[in-house]
Amino acid sequence: MDTRTPLSRVKGLGSAKSGISHWWMQRVTAVALIPLSFWLINFLGLSLTVPYKQTLAWLAAPVNSVCIIAWIMAVFYHAALGLQVVIEDYVAAEGPKIISIWVVNLFFLFLAITALLAVVRIVSIG
Amino acid sequence: MAEFTLPKNSVLMQGKTFKAPEEATNTRRFEVYRWDPDSGENPRIDVFELDMDNCGPMVLDAILKIKNEVDSSLTFRRSCREGVCGSCAMMVNGKNTLACTKAIASYTDTIKIYPLPHLQVIKDLVPDMTHFYAQYASIKPWIETQTPPPADSERLQSKEDREKLDGLYDCVLCACCSTSCPSYWWNSERYLGPAVLLQAYRWLVDSRDENTGERLDELEDPFKLYRCHTIMNCTDTCPKGLNPAKAIAETKKLLVQRKLG
Repeated sequence: MDTRTPLSRVKGLGSAKSGISHWWMQRVTAVALIPLSFWLINFLGLSLTVPYKQTLAWLAAPVNSVCIIAWIMAVFYHAALGLQVVIEDYVAAEGPKIISIWVVNLFFLFLAITALLAVVRIVSIG
Repeated sequence: MAEFTLPKNSVLMQGKTFKAPEEATNTRRFEVYRWDPDSGENPRIDVFELDMDNCGPMVLDAILKIKNEVDSSLTFRRSCREGVCGSCAMMVNGKNTLACTKAIASYTDTIKIYPLPHLQVIKDLVPDMTHFYAQYASIKPWIETQTPPPADSERLQSKEDREKLDGLYDCVLCACCSTSCPSYWWNSERYLGPAVLLQAYRWLVDSRDENTGERLDELEDPFKLYRCHTIMNCTDTCPKGLNPAKAIAETKKLLVQRKLG
């Protein structure tokens, strides 16, 4: 029998005094992804019509390198933040919740590292 | 996981049908959720056909007519019958509203009446509001000050500051908004929900209150506040025409302002 009062149950462990950064960074990355995604769509469109070598040369140009790196960082950060919210929404059990948040964050971290490494290789080796 | 299907003992059964008197020419069909905790049976939908020529204009009038003339065991809350007490909140044709301010004429055909969604049902149309009220108490819905009141007058507030409370103080805590919010359905143990967050904002913007920072500290939490995903069901369903989604957005803005401003 739970003898705690309803107010005690509601107050629980109190406020985490965090959450604003998560929420804010989700919006910042979302706004950043608007121009970056237009750039990426345009870049991919151009790449479809030219040989592989030309795509590599374009990607190695500083402006394009910066844009693709910014897109990779913003998109994977945004995806990790967003999926964490989805998991917190729908997975109620503490154990599975924490484990799946870890898995999601590590998954996107490794994806981002892999993508960045690919860009670095293209820029430096060609 | 969040529960997406009804447990076995909550699956609805077909209930009784009460026909209108034979001489009635203008009838309306009401389907009402019934559940009696003492019977051990599943909840059922009873059908009441009412003579509309002999019934008041509001949904609450129809429910009262059922209780007075057809089935006195029908259980529901009501008090002021003018949208001020918030007691008769229920789901009518899929949307939470106050039965007393909703006209029968605003619906065509059958009217389906259920208790507020995703709360424990005590009986028929009466849900358990204990948790909701405890959440309300948790935000300390009263003025908090260090400065003692002036010796010979009230605490003053300019007209402009008073106007900031319009659309906030009008809330009657009927819980229509909170129980229409999917985020509240999945996480009501920790998410405060739109009604309580609107009330929290009401005290955040009150110029006489001296505890704004502490109130923001209490709200800054991934679950208490940030489960709001701007779904807007709250604003859509509010029978008083208020905008809890805006109050929540303003609260988030205050937190950003405090951190970055």
